[in-house]
Amino acid sequence: MSEIVVKEDLTPVTKLFEVRAPAVAHRVQPGHRVQPGQFVIVRINERAERIPLTVADWDRERGTLTLVVQEVGKTTMQMGTMQPGDRFASLTGPLGRPSEVENCGTVLCVGGGSSIAAIYPLARALREVGNTVLSIIGARTRDLIFWEDRIRSVSDELIVCTDDGSYGRQGVVTVPMKEMLEAGRRIDHVWAIGPAIMMKFCALTTLPFGVPTTVSLNSTMVDGTGMCGACRVEVGGKTRFACVDGPKFDGHQVNWDMLLARQCIYLDQEKRAVEKWEQECRSLGGPHGATQALR
Amino acid sequence: MAKVEPRNEMPRQDPKVRIRNFDEVALGYSHEQAIAEASRCLQCKKPTCIAGCPVQVRIPEFILCLSEGDMWGAVDALKDKNNLPAICGRVCPQETQCEETCVLRKKYEPVAIGRLERYVADWEMGQGVKTPPRAASTGKSVAVIGAGPAGLTCAGDLAKMGHAVTLFESLHAPGGVLMYGIPEFRLPKSVVHAEVEYVQSLGAELRFNSVIGKLHTVDELLDNEYDAVFLGTGAGLPRWMKIPGENFNAVYSANEFLTRTNLMRAYLFPDWDTPVMIRPRVAVVGAGNVAMDSARSALRLGADEVHIVYRRARDQAPARLEELENAEEEGIIFHWLTNPVEILGTERGWVTGMRLQKQELGEPDSSGRPRPVPIPGSEYEMDVDMVVVAIGTRPNPMVFTDQPDLVRTRSGTVVANEDTGRTKKPRVWAGGDIVTGAATVISAMGAGKRSAADIDAYLKDSDQPWWVELELDQQS
Repeated sequence: MSEIVVKEDLTPVTKLFEVRAPAVAHRVQPGHRVQPGQFVIVRINERAERIPLTVADWDRERGTLTLVVQEVGKTTMQMGTMQPGDRFASLTGPLGRPSEVENCGTVLCVGGGSSIAAIYPLARALREVGNTVLSIIGARTRDLIFWEDRIRSVSDELIVCTDDGSYGRQGVVTVPMKEMLEAGRRIDHVWAIGPAIMMKFCALTTLPFGVPTTVSLNSTMVDGTGMCGACRVEVGGKTRFACVDGPKFDGHQVNWDMLLARQCIYLDQEKRAVEKWEQECRSLGGPHGATQALR
Repeated sequence: MAKVEPRNEMPRQDPKVRIRNFDEVALGYSHEQAIAEASRCLQCKKPTCIAGCPVQVRIPEFILCLSEGDMWGAVDALKDKNNLPAICGRVCPQETQCEETCVLRKKYEPVAIGRLERYVADWEMGQGVKTPPRAASTGKSVAVIGAGPAGLTCAGDLAKMGHAVTLFESLHAPGGVLMYGIPEFRLPKSVVHAEVEYVQSLGAELRFNSVIGKLHTVDELLDNEYDAVFLGTGAGLPRWMKIPGENFNAVYSANEFLTRTNLMRAYLFPDWDTPVMIRPRVAVVGAGNVAMDSARSALRLGADEVHIVYRRARDQAPARLEELENAEEEGIIFHWLTNPVEILGTERGWVTGMRLQKQELGEPDSSGRPRPVPIPGSEYEMDVDMVVVAIGTRPNPMVFTDQPDLVRTRSGTVVANEDTGRTKKPRVWAGGDIVTGAATVISAMGAGKRSAADIDAYLKDSDQPWWVELELDQQS
């Protein structure tokens, strides 16, 4: 099933994988009505952990899914060394509820970091059903911006931001967002996907303007099918499982502090895993050697 | 009646040693011990033990073969009824099943049927498992959803009967609770893998990473390829206490804690990639087998002290007595008649303790056990750094996606005939925890077996009425 057919380096730390998974690709787009927002759980090898990855694109004819992965820890770093022809040990999906894509007028899509990829199919779908689509994408620095042209091709307007000002506007995504809202631009709905802290501030920015804001929560997951509650979040004062009830939720109802706290649970172990991986890479002649040896 | 020798004890790892490892606690009989124990069986003309076994293993027959040294004869007698004997011999609560109805129990200790079953099954694994003959192909196909005890048993039996069986499993490994729930020190995963390979050798095709309700719906399976569907998806949705603080960092559902530890092998981190948290003082809420497994795993992962908090008394603990005693031997600290009312934590969201309330026993409740009644003013605080909630599970509703005709009860279980496994939806059977709520491995196997028999009968003659209301009335 999950053989890598295409690999592309989008940035020095962001990799694109087009993966063969015909049954899943078929399900992500039932009846050709676009349903972005779902995810898969991937296990790269027999000893690997299960990690959730958003489906950034799909091709029914080729029977493939596109996954965009930023190297942030041991598993994603090791995944970054995988090549076309390599296979993931398992891929499960599609999981989560599909996003409800409706024509509500003018929508603002905001993507941060590797979630710029998730914004693409969303903006495309929103536009296909007749919305005017405004997009803002942002990253720490110029090197981490990718798919600018793709996002532009499905947006009526696009603003690119970098924290350090090395490309596009200097500042975080909420700066232009707030300007638009204060200027009285018509915005009927905001979609924000990115790091939890970015989504939190997007939701805080739209709250005083009363603009409905949908976010895609990236809590820790294990099975992704609702059997454990690792991914639990609080929305509107109620405990919900992001893997089955989400991952999309009303950003104004999310308990952001709890989400941010729960994302810190395994920081120590994550650090240890990275250190061990880097040590293996050194002793086995680079990351690719380490991946070969660990197979 | 000749003098009956005492029951042969099974060697076990020393508690001081075993709390430092995940190796199996019970080591199994030696050949001499097995023969000695087998010779205690009286070979009753009308054996009462068989009625106590949910899958009706021919118990005296396999024990007789064993005592005569005819090991393959023992294997054949055992596996005629049971597809998964190495598992059953380890995790069945024999004390309330076959061993409870053993005639010796009236005056002496019952024959150690479970230990003998385990011995025979382990012996066969050492020899290389035989594949029994398979009936000629019937041309019918069945989708079995969930590769836990119910699904594996149903799939194995249907395959033996000559049907084409596809077993859909949502996780990347088979076994259900046998793999993610029951720890290695009670049920080695190599044993589960070997038993699953046996079911595959009977002809059942296993498809992993297939979440029914997401990848396919039940209707799609029925419309496209399959003549019948068996639901054996278990009860895998964790219950929560619904008290303040339950979402603090370091509060786990037992499902998450055990899945990380067992299925994902977090006890081998960082050689395996999945982490699991362990902190010095762990409290486990609940007193079933899952609570014992969680507490004993926490100890092996390196906790300094592990507490079990339970709102009823020791007599009412649902765990097997043997597991409760194992936990006591290993130094787990028990707090009976105690119920958490709040989990306490820091501003940054980490657990620091629990507020507990003492209970007293009142009138019997719907379960027939005395109801725990809170004692007003008895609240106190206990310092703990981690909490595992093991108060039960409910069926995961995922498999019911877009299936309104699969009638369910208010507690989320699917309505099915107890004898046949038939649900209200034609051509769909169900068995195990999805019907009963969380129960035992062997009762799930029994349900899988009964459904397989009924599916076989239906596929041979589908003109019979699907659901007779009278049956339901008798049930309720």
